[in-house]
Amino acid sequence: MANTTALPAEERLLPRVREVLGDRVRESHCQHGDETIVVNRADWIACLAALRDDPELSFDVLMDLCGVDDDPETPRFAVVCHLCSAKKRHRLRVKVRVEENDAVVPTLSAMWPGANWLEREVWDMFGICFDGHPDLRRLMMYEQFEGHPMRRDYPVDQRQPLIGPRDA
Amino acid sequence: MGVLEALTTKSDAVIGWARKYSLFNYPFVTACCGMEYMAAACAHYDLDRFGAAFPRFSPRQSDMLIVVGTVSHKLAPMLRTVHEQMCEPKWVIAFGACTCTGGFYDNYATVQGIDTILPVDIYIPGCPPRPETVIDGIMKLQEQIQGEKQGLMRRETRPSPEIIYPKNIGTVGARLSEARRAEKT
Repeated sequence: MANTTALPAEERLLPRVREVLGDRVRESHCQHGDETIVVNRADWIACLAALRDDPELSFDVLMDLCGVDDDPETPRFAVVCHLCSAKKRHRLRVKVRVEENDAVVPTLSAMWPGANWLEREVWDMFGICFDGHPDLRRLMMYEQFEGHPMRRDYPVDQRQPLIGPRDA
Repeated sequence: MGVLEALTTKSDAVIGWARKYSLFNYPFVTACCGMEYMAAACAHYDLDRFGAAFPRFSPRQSDMLIVVGTVSHKLAPMLRTVHEQMCEPKWVIAFGACTCTGGFYDNYATVQGIDTILPVDIYIPGCPPRPETVIDGIMKLQEQIQGEKQGLMRRETRPSPEIIYPKNIGTVGARLSEARRAEKT
């Protein structure tokens, strides 16, 4: 018998998210117990602020912010943000898709200080710019590195050493 | 004439004996091999009985650089600086598969063997090597030190690998970034 106090997450969370965000939710799905919504880039900051400030949702923790490269598909890139609520114990994934020649997303570092380094990693690995970021430079690769290694067209074994022979 | 050679070979042997049994190592530990280094240095597999376990965490005070664990291209210039800060005589041990050849990290970020940037004396393979392997490597280094021609001032006779600084690297990713940057300006 199902425990009536514990509704499945898609009945509990996604309706409230749609209520708060309205038609800014482009698509949403629930799979393997994870809820995901996709929003437009123009609403990125506003949606995340609404998700954080709503008392029923209260997504106060930014768990992760990462990039995705779906090369043959357009739009090519996506920025995925995982939110978590410490009070309500639920999680949400928020995605935004950006084109290759316009890979700019507004920064979240004003809302969550932890987004600073996460966005630097996405810039380093994918080349997605973050508009308004205070210090957008490479995080994992050295400053003189050329290219963005996590893109699908960057060969994984390409050598570009800072010092030492080119092909070791 | 023969007396002079006999004296220098005897002094070489004595100085070699002294140097091999008083190795002050600098364990440049970056990754998982550090656990095996600790295991080899601590009580069970004691390196101190070989005279080689007193870690000096400063290149100025040590004569053996043990590079333990994966070295990335971002870290490589600093490792080179650390090695250059050490005084002669100095020896380098490449500890673990990542330092010997890059290990299983065949990618853009890992130095494919530290012998591309430093002169290495002993390679200890393994992922990670067992402490017995580490001890075997240290003992081989000690044999090598004993047999070396010592002088009171040993000049660096092994040339450091020539550092080749990359100039203009054309990669697909770089060209894409360049194109986008050009479009923006």
